[in-house]
Amino acid sequence: MSKIIASAAIRGAYKIVGQAEEKWKQAMDKWSANEPVGFPNTAYYLPVIYGILGEKVAKLGDMEGILKRCRALLPPPVREEHPLPYLAPALDAGMATFFAEEMIEAIRYLEQPDFYLTGEEVSDSNIWLGAADDVIMRKRGIEFVDGTAPGFAAVLGAAPSSEIAAKIAQELQQKNIYVFMAAEYNGQRFSEQLLEAGVQIGWPTRLVSYGPDITSAVFAMGFATRAALSFGGIEPGDFRKVLIYNKDRIFAFALPLGYVSDEWYANAAGAINFGFPAIADTPIPEVLPTGITTYEHVVSNIPHDEIVAKAVETRGLKVTVSEVPIPVAFGPAFEGERVRGEDIYLETGGGRTPMVEWVTSKRMEEVEDGKIEVIGPGIEDVEAGSQLPLAIVVEVAGRNMQEDYEPILERQIHHLINYAQGSMHIGQRDIAWLRVSKQAVEKGFNLSHIGTILHAKLHQDFGRIFDKLQVKLYTEEDKVKEVVEKAKGVYATRDARIEGMTDETTDIYYSCTLCQSFAPSHVCVISPERTGLCGSYNWMDCKAAFEINPTGPNQPVEKGDTVDAKLGQWKGVNEFVTKASRGKIDHYNFYSLVNDPMTTCGCCECIAVVLPLCNGVMTVNREYSGDTPCGMKFTTLAGTIGGGISTPGFVGHGKYNTTQKKFLIGDGGLLRMVWMPKSLKEEIGERVKVRAEEMGVPDLLDKIADETVGTTEEEILPFLEEKGHPALTMDPILG
Amino acid sequence: MAEEKEKEVVKSIDDATIDMIKKAGEDGVRTVFDRADTTKPCPIGSEGSCCNICAMGPCRVPLPKGKEETPEEKRKRTGVCGATAETIAARNFLRKVAGGAAAHSDHGRRVAEAFLIAAKGESPEFQIKDEQKLLQLALDLGVEIGERSNNEIAVDIGEMLLAEFGRQEGELLTLKKAPLKRQEIWRETGIAPRGVDREVVEAMHRTHMGVDQDYKNLLLQGARAAIADGWGGSMIATELQDVLFGTPSPVLSQINLGVLKEDEVNLIIHGHEPQLAEILAVMTQDKELIEYAKSKGAKGINLAGMCCTANEILMRHGVPIAGNFLQQETAIVTGAVEAIVVDVQCIMQGLVDVANCFHTKVITTDSRAKIEGATHIEFDERKATETAKTIIKTAIDNFSNRGKNIRIPKQKSDLIAGFSHETINYLLGGLFRASYRPLNDNIINGRIRGVAGVVGCNNARVAHDDIHVRLVKELIKNDVLVLQTGCAAMACAKAGLMLPESAKEFAGEGLASVCEAVGIPPVLHLGSCVDNARILIAATAMVKDGGLGDDISDLPAAGAAPEWMSEKAISIGQYFVSSGVFTVFGVTWPTLGSKEVTEFLFKDMEELYGGMWAFEPDPIKMAKLMIDHIDKKRKALGIDKARERVLYDMAMRREME
Repeated sequence: MSKIIASAAIRGAYKIVGQAEEKWKQAMDKWSANEPVGFPNTAYYLPVIYGILGEKVAKLGDMEGILKRCRALLPPPVREEHPLPYLAPALDAGMATFFAEEMIEAIRYLEQPDFYLTGEEVSDSNIWLGAADDVIMRKRGIEFVDGTAPGFAAVLGAAPSSEIAAKIAQELQQKNIYVFMAAEYNGQRFSEQLLEAGVQIGWPTRLVSYGPDITSAVFAMGFATRAALSFGGIEPGDFRKVLIYNKDRIFAFALPLGYVSDEWYANAAGAINFGFPAIADTPIPEVLPTGITTYEHVVSNIPHDEIVAKAVETRGLKVTVSEVPIPVAFGPAFEGERVRGEDIYLETGGGRTPMVEWVTSKRMEEVEDGKIEVIGPGIEDVEAGSQLPLAIVVEVAGRNMQEDYEPILERQIHHLINYAQGSMHIGQRDIAWLRVSKQAVEKGFNLSHIGTILHAKLHQDFGRIFDKLQVKLYTEEDKVKEVVEKAKGVYATRDARIEGMTDETTDIYYSCTLCQSFAPSHVCVISPERTGLCGSYNWMDCKAAFEINPTGPNQPVEKGDTVDAKLGQWKGVNEFVTKASRGKIDHYNFYSLVNDPMTTCGCCECIAVVLPLCNGVMTVNREYSGDTPCGMKFTTLAGTIGGGISTPGFVGHGKYNTTQKKFLIGDGGLLRMVWMPKSLKEEIGERVKVRAEEMGVPDLLDKIADETVGTTEEEILPFLEEKGHPALTMDPILG
Repeated sequence: MAEEKEKEVVKSIDDATIDMIKKAGEDGVRTVFDRADTTKPCPIGSEGSCCNICAMGPCRVPLPKGKEETPEEKRKRTGVCGATAETIAARNFLRKVAGGAAAHSDHGRRVAEAFLIAAKGESPEFQIKDEQKLLQLALDLGVEIGERSNNEIAVDIGEMLLAEFGRQEGELLTLKKAPLKRQEIWRETGIAPRGVDREVVEAMHRTHMGVDQDYKNLLLQGARAAIADGWGGSMIATELQDVLFGTPSPVLSQINLGVLKEDEVNLIIHGHEPQLAEILAVMTQDKELIEYAKSKGAKGINLAGMCCTANEILMRHGVPIAGNFLQQETAIVTGAVEAIVVDVQCIMQGLVDVANCFHTKVITTDSRAKIEGATHIEFDERKATETAKTIIKTAIDNFSNRGKNIRIPKQKSDLIAGFSHETINYLLGGLFRASYRPLNDNIINGRIRGVAGVVGCNNARVAHDDIHVRLVKELIKNDVLVLQTGCAAMACAKAGLMLPESAKEFAGEGLASVCEAVGIPPVLHLGSCVDNARILIAATAMVKDGGLGDDISDLPAAGAAPEWMSEKAISIGQYFVSSGVFTVFGVTWPTLGSKEVTEFLFKDMEELYGGMWAFEPDPIKMAKLMIDHIDKKRKALGIDKARERVLYDMAMRREME
C-alpha cells in the first residue's frame, strides 16, 4: 500500500460504510427488523459477510451488528506527516467496504426487486445480472475447478472507447478468464461499451455485467468467497482460510479502467485481502513489494494493449492459449455464445437437415494428417440464411489408437466447434445442430475451418493416442445420409460394449483428482459401473486421459482384494484414497450412501439423500433450485457434503450413474428412489424405465414422487403408499 | 573554542547533549563525560585478565602486548591458584552473563509478582488489559480457560510463571516458544536451562574459587544461563507486562531533552520496570494534582521517561522520552527537572551529585536500589496511587525551588514506536490476513536483504549515539531492516530514523519500497532491553512462516550491541548467540586476554549453536560483518540470486497442500 492509496482507501471505506448505514436506516423506517433480506437463491446469505465473519444476514435487523463491525474496522484517517503504519488499517477498511456493499446491494434487492435480472442472460431492457445464484455459481464454479476458467478479471469503469473495451474483453475471453464488470467512469460502463461494440454479454460468454455501480463489484467477491466455502470445504467464519484459498486457487485480479476514486481504492484494498492485485490504466501509485498478494499488489499506467498480459503475469497465472488458425476468436469463453434469427448465415442439422458427427479409426496409410476436405457446397456457395445437410467425419490413425477412444474424441466435437466465435453447436452424433453467424462469415469463416479446429485441438489435447487425423465434411444430402447409416451401426455397437462392462470383471479402476486444484482432499475413483459424479468422466474417459497424460490427474488404481462386495469397497482403492486425499479419508464405499459413502468436491451433478420416513432415498440435480423432501436445497446439500468429506446419508453422483446397475446397490439400488425433481425424471426417464424393468418394477418411474407431489417427507409418503412404492416394503434403510 | 567543540563532538553526536555538557562545564558540574576523562578503564580488567575471586589475589594475567608469547611464558601466566588466563577470562565472562541474567530475571520476577497482585484483585489500579494475549498465554501454557474469569486464569498463569524462576529440574516452559529445531539443539548440547535462578546460582558457584576450571565448560554454562534470561526471565517479563499493561501498538511520540517544559513541573522516570511508571503516567493526568501544580505556579505536570522505563511507557502510552542512558545527568543539568524518580538498573550514582548542584530531587523507589543522598519513597503495587501521589506532590512542591539557571535544549525528534511481535504480525496483513508472510516474501525476493537487531546501551568510552546511528544508517542503506530496543533505539529515534519518511531518505530502494507499502520506518522500536525477547519471538515467527529455513540460525539475520556497557548486554548477546544469531559487539571485548576463550566464542560457538560472537568497534566495518553474514545465510537458503516468477497452471494448483 502506498500512503496515497491507503489514505484514499480508508476515505472510500468511510463513504461506503456511511452509505450503508444511511440505506439501512431508511430501510428500517420502511420495513421492520424482521424483513427478510438476501441475494436470490443462495445458501450463503450475504456471502462475503457469511464467509469471512460467519454471520448470517437473513433479516434487515441482522445488519445492525454487521454495521457496527464495519465501524469498528474503520481506522482513523492516515496522517499526512509521520503517519502510523497504514497497510493493515487500509486492508481492514477494504473488508469493511465489502461488508457494507453487500448490505447496500441486499437493500437494493429489497427496495427494487426487479433492478437485477435472474439467470444467466441479459435482456433487451436490462443488462444488470446482479448476484450469481448458487446454480450459476456451481455450474460456473466447475469451470474454475477443472481449469477451463483459471480466474476472473473484475473490471471497474470503462475503457477509452468501446473498441478498446471489446479488444480487452476478447483478449480475456481468449485466455478463458471470466470478466466481472461494475462501476462507471465518465458516465460510461465497460459492459455498455461491449454492447455498443456488438459483443454478446452475460454468463454464457463469460462477460458478466454485475451492475452499474461500484457497490456491485462485491458480487465478484461473493462468487470468490462461495468458491472457498463450497469447493474448498472451508467453514464460514474461518476467514483466514477463505482468503488464503482465494490467494492460492482463484486467479482473479482487478482492472480499474479510468479515474480511481476513493471508493474504487477501498474495493481494491478489500480485494488485496483475497490475494487479488489491481492493474490500472491510470498513473496511480504502484505497490510492488509482495506478500498479501502473490506478486505485486498494485501495478499502474499500463497501456490497454498490454493490460491483459500484465494482469495475468502480475497474478502469477499461466494460461495456455490454444492457437487455432481460423479467422475468428477461439476459446471456451465463446462456448456460450448464441446465434439467433437475423444473425444466422448457415444452419445445419437440428431436425431441419440431416447432420451427423463421427470419429472413426483408419489404417495409417489411409490417413493424410491435416487433410481437410469439404465435399459438396461450402458456405461461400450459399446465401445468408441458408440450410445445408452436414456430416463431419473425423478419421484418425495411430499406434496407440483404440476403438474405445473414438467416442471420447467424438464428444469433443461439440464444445470445440462451439469455442469458435460466431458458431453455435448443440447435440452430438446424429442429432447435432450447427449455426454459423453472419459476423463469422464476414470474417472469412467457412466449413473447412471446422476441420482446422478439430485437427489442431484434437492433436493438442489427444496427440498421444493418435498420430494422424483428417476431416471430411460432406454437405450433399445423399452422402450425408450414407454416413448417418454407417455411424448409427457403430453407435449401437459402442453402447452395447460399454453397457456390458462390469466392476467385477475389471481389475483396474481410475482415479480422478482433477478437482484437487479446488478441493485438495477430494479424490474420485471411477469404475465402469460408477461413472464420475460430475458427469464428465466415465471409466473409458479416464483410461484415455491416463494414456494421454500418464502423470495427470487420472491414474490407474489396482482395486485389490475385496473388502466388501455388497457395499463396493476394495483394499487397493482404500490405499490409493488414503494417499491421494493426503490422509483425510482412508476408505469409502462405491455402492452405498448409508455407510461411508464416496466423497464429493461439490461439483456433482446430483446428490442422493436418505429419507428415513419413506425408507428410501431422494436425489436432486444441480439445476433444480427448489425445496426437497430432505429439507435442503441442492446448494445447501452441496455446501454440506462438498469439499471432500464422507457424509453418511448423503452422496454425490452423476445423472448417468442413477441408472447404472450398481447405483446404491448396497442400500437396495434404484428401487429405493422415492423422489426426484420432475425435470430430472423427464431427462433420464427412459433409462430409468429400462433399469426398473430389469429390477422387476417396470412402472417405478410413476411411483417416484416429485415436487408436484410434495417437498416434504410427510407430503410424499401418502403418494408412495398409494402407488405401492417398493421402498416401503424393503428392509429398514437405516439398519 | 573550535578545539573545545571538537572535543564535545567526540563525546556525543547529539546536539542537546553537547549543549548540556557545555552548560555543565559552565556550571562547574561534573558528569559522566568528565568522569570518563579522568577515570580510565583498567587495561587488565577490560580484557578479562584480572581475577579477584579469592583473597590470594587479585591476580593479573594480561596477554603480553606487541609480541608473541612463548609456550613457556604462557604456562607461567596464571593466577596464584594456577588458574590459567583461559579460566580467568571465561569465569569473568560467565559472571557477566550471570549478572545480566539476574538483572533481567529479577525484573521479570517482580513483574510476575505484580501480575499476581493484579490477578488476585489486590491492587485496584492494575487490571488485566490485554485479554487476547492472556488467553493466548493460557493456551500456550495449557492453563484451563473454560468459563473462568480473566482473573482466575491470570492467577494460574502468574503462579505458573513465577514458579519458573525457582524451577529445579526439567526445562523452562517458555523454551517451547522457540522453533523445534532450536529446542533440539539446546537439548543436544545440554544447555536447555532447568530454571532461571538455578542457572544463575550455578554460574556463581562454578566461578567460585576452585570449582569449574575448564573454560569451555564455563562458557557452556554461560550459554545456558543466558537462555534462562532471554527465553525465560526476560520473556516472562515481556509477556506478563503486555497482558497487564497492554500489548504495544504503533504510537507517535517525541524524544530528547527538548521534551522538558520550561513552565511545567518536569518529572523524569528512569530505570527499567514499568509498574510505577504506569501509575505515574495515569496520575500525572490527575486533575487534582494538575490543579495542585498550578497552585504552585506551574502550568502542568510533564512526565518524561529515561532509559528503559521510558521505553515501556513510550510503547504503551506514547509518553515522551527525555533521553537515553548517557543523558540522565544532562537532564538534571537543564535545571528544569523537579524530580528524577528511579527504580532499578543503569541508574548512575552520579545523579545525586549532579542533583545537588540544582534543585532536582533524586527519588529512589525500590528497596533493592537505594542511593546514598537520595530521597526514598518506596513503591508498593497495593498502594500504587498513594505512592504515585506522594512522588508527584514531592516534585510539585519542588517547583518553586527552581533556580534561575535554566536552559532546556530545543532539540526533540518525532518517532513512531510500539512495534510488538503481535503488532508486526497485524501490520503486515491486517486483521484478516495477519502474518509474517510479506516480511518473509520480501526477504526471499531480495527487497529486504535481511534483518538486524541493534540493541544495547550507551558507553561513555565512545561518542554517545555515534556508533548506533552510523551502524544503523549503513544497515538500512543496504536494505537491512533494523529492529531495536533499549538505549540503542533511542539513539536512532533522536536521529530521526524511526519515522516512516526516513525510509526514502536513508534506506536502500528495496527496503524503502517495503516501508512505503506497509507504512513503517526502516528502523522499528520494539521496546525496552527486557523486550529483546520480542526479537526472539519475531525471529521464531519468521521461521514458522516458512521459506527461510527451519531454525533461527537459518535466517538472514544478525545482531549487534555497538555501544554496550552493562552485564545485561553480555547476557543478551549470549542468548542471541545461543539462539543461533551472529552477534557483534562494539567498544571493547572482555575476553581479549585469552585467545582461546575468544576463539571459542567467535568461532566454535557457530558449530555448536549456529550463532557466534564478534567484536568490531568501527560501525561501518561492523555493518559489513553483519551484511556478510546475512549474505552467507541468503546463499545457504538459495535466495541470493534473483528468482524467476512462477506462473501457476491448474496442475500446480492441484499439487498445493
